[in-house]
Amino acid sequence: MILNEEQQMLADLAERIFADKASVDTLRAIRGGSHGQDYDHELWQAMVESGLTGILVPEDQGGMDFGLVSAGLVAREVGRRLALTPFLSTAVLAAIAIGRGGNDEQKGRWLGSIAGGELIAALALDESAKHRPERVATEAQSTGDGYTISGAKTLVLDAANADVLLVSAMLDGTPRLFAVEAGDAGVATTPVVSLDTRSMADVRFDGAKAELLDGDANALDAVLDAGRAILAMELVGLARAVFERTLGYLSERKQFGQRIGAFQALQHRAAHLSVEIEISEAMAFQALAAFDAGAEDASLQILAAKARAAETARLASAEGVQMHGGMGMTDEFDIGFFMKRARAASELFGDANFCTERFARAKGY
Amino acid sequence: MGDMEAFRAEVRSWLEENCPPEMRQPLASDKEHVWGGRQWEFSSEAQRVWFERMVEKGWTAPAWPVEYGGGGMTPAEHDVFKSEMKRINARSPVSNFGFWMLGPALLKFGSEEQKREHLPAIARGEIRWCQGYSEPNAGSDLASLKTSAEIDGDHFVVNGRKIWTSYADRADKMFCLVRTDPDAKKQAGISFILLDMESPGVSTRPIQLISGESPFCETFFDDVRVPRDNLVGELNQGWTIAKYLLTHERDNIGGEPPGLLKGRDLAKMALEAVGADENGRLDDPMLRADVARLEIDAMAFRTLVEHTRAKAEAGEGVGARSAMLKYYGTELNKRRYNLMMDAMGGQGLEWESERTHGGRYAREWLRSKGNSIEGGTSEIMLGIISSAVLELPKG
Repeated sequence: MILNEEQQMLADLAERIFADKASVDTLRAIRGGSHGQDYDHELWQAMVESGLTGILVPEDQGGMDFGLVSAGLVAREVGRRLALTPFLSTAVLAAIAIGRGGNDEQKGRWLGSIAGGELIAALALDESAKHRPERVATEAQSTGDGYTISGAKTLVLDAANADVLLVSAMLDGTPRLFAVEAGDAGVATTPVVSLDTRSMADVRFDGAKAELLDGDANALDAVLDAGRAILAMELVGLARAVFERTLGYLSERKQFGQRIGAFQALQHRAAHLSVEIEISEAMAFQALAAFDAGAEDASLQILAAKARAAETARLASAEGVQMHGGMGMTDEFDIGFFMKRARAASELFGDANFCTERFARAKGY
Repeated sequence: MGDMEAFRAEVRSWLEENCPPEMRQPLASDKEHVWGGRQWEFSSEAQRVWFERMVEKGWTAPAWPVEYGGGGMTPAEHDVFKSEMKRINARSPVSNFGFWMLGPALLKFGSEEQKREHLPAIARGEIRWCQGYSEPNAGSDLASLKTSAEIDGDHFVVNGRKIWTSYADRADKMFCLVRTDPDAKKQAGISFILLDMESPGVSTRPIQLISGESPFCETFFDDVRVPRDNLVGELNQGWTIAKYLLTHERDNIGGEPPGLLKGRDLAKMALEAVGADENGRLDDPMLRADVARLEIDAMAFRTLVEHTRAKAEAGEGVGARSAMLKYYGTELNKRRYNLMMDAMGGQGLEWESERTHGGRYAREWLRSKGNSIEGGTSEIMLGIISSAVLELPKG
């Protein structure tokens, strides 16, 4: 895709910030830390200062209102550098959930704080190990002047660091989004140390005080679309990065008296992978642009983008480990981190099988 | 109204008026394609009328200069023209290797005399060209070709054998790669010449394919005398032209190849053939998954094709990208035909029945296997990507 001037500037800015601040060393340090639920504060601060946390927040709320393609350019850097950051949960998911689902007062209360980096939010949707957003057992009850919710959520990104939780719960037979203070007495958060060191938790709600996002009732659809689209870009960035490292290794490692990249058995696999990456990246950009344009088939394109990006990242990281040989199996080499992150980012918001199946359904077969 | 909109309106109204309704239907088979040439016979009045009107307009070769029989369109006008043709599903009035390959080569490398002699004849559909590249021992390793052309006064004397020459038995002329310096390094001793298929010493033999069709021939040269004026470009510099045309050919193949499945909805075909379950889903879950995966890959591939085209139009070099598109596009097409066969079941086993229009499923499925061989095999494409895009070490 050809980026416009604004997007190109943003791509350069994001690349600079992430090249400067984000590194696998930080990931290692957080993994070795006491609770394994942290994020890269220095990077987050840099993102706040450059406005990236407000990338989807309207200008009158202090944001940049750049759209999902631009957010995707940031996500690509997140994937490339394996950054630990609440960008997805706060700057994308919460910004869209509140921006679309909130009323004016709620938008005024929260969106500015998201843009300003004062608020970290987490989105709690799934209740089972596999992503099934319409299967919601968590229930909301009216208390007259508000609501309480009860139920159990799992796979909640950044819950341990969040100030506000955005939760799907059944209200009169339909799933709606509610906001819950993370510190509410009815909230019990159990952090789970995750495969890829991303902050993840199980969260139980037991009559927790909740506020209905009472703007657009269909906001959840937009949130799901945006989550999948952004993860697709993250996966594309990850695939590119692991591929670059693998290419570097192929051009440097010698066996049988020559560089292993000269072997046709590896060349053809690398060439095939490069084509898969090009195609997945093109699809991801196209899908994000469709979301921004409000295209009728945006959801369909996003399902395609997520399915492809997940498969491509899986292939890129698997080939990365294999082509690095024994070194690829060591914790000392970074390559394994890409495989872990690819697995996690693929699973979240629906893996390739899920997206492919929903694609077929949407196409009517 | 902008210039381009005016142009669009003009093209649209001319096409509306001049394109016969029969020529707005997709080709029922390859046999309905108009190839042109000395021996051409139209199979319908509509075909003839459409051909003659387009020739007169110069729109058989819309982007070629007017003085060479073309339509003189700018690239932007050509895009408008193509989209207007597509809008009414207009068939190509005539096409053969002269339009696809020789024309672009002559425009870039030909002498003024050659352009004037050959381009208008191509544009008017008078001469049907074929391409003499591959040889029995020069397939993927094309530059090792051995058909020789020795200089004898004002002539070359050509001896040797070509293979996979498309429709050589029906072509009037051939553009051909020949070895003019047997001692030079292999790419350096090749020349690009034009010869008449009626010359004494030329003979052809059709090759029957696994699809039962014979679109390709072997062509034999036995002391064939070709005027030296028929050399295109410099002596021993033919490889440059060959490479240019191979890239050109790959660009074309990167698009959707013609055939049964062109523009058709595989999922719909499968749904009709296999049926649906009580939820309206394709009643073969494994096939359904395969079809969905293919559709996703096809959607994504089209996106890359569009992005690549947009970059090319913005003046960015596409280069070895065309190898990526050729590789993936042809593999994708083979997958589509495999799934079509899975969906069609018993009908895919019919070879000569009326309801399958003479075994089209089976025959086109088999024909699709050649997509990843012709115009450079998938393995050659992966090799080009490895060296030209990824810059991996040489073996």
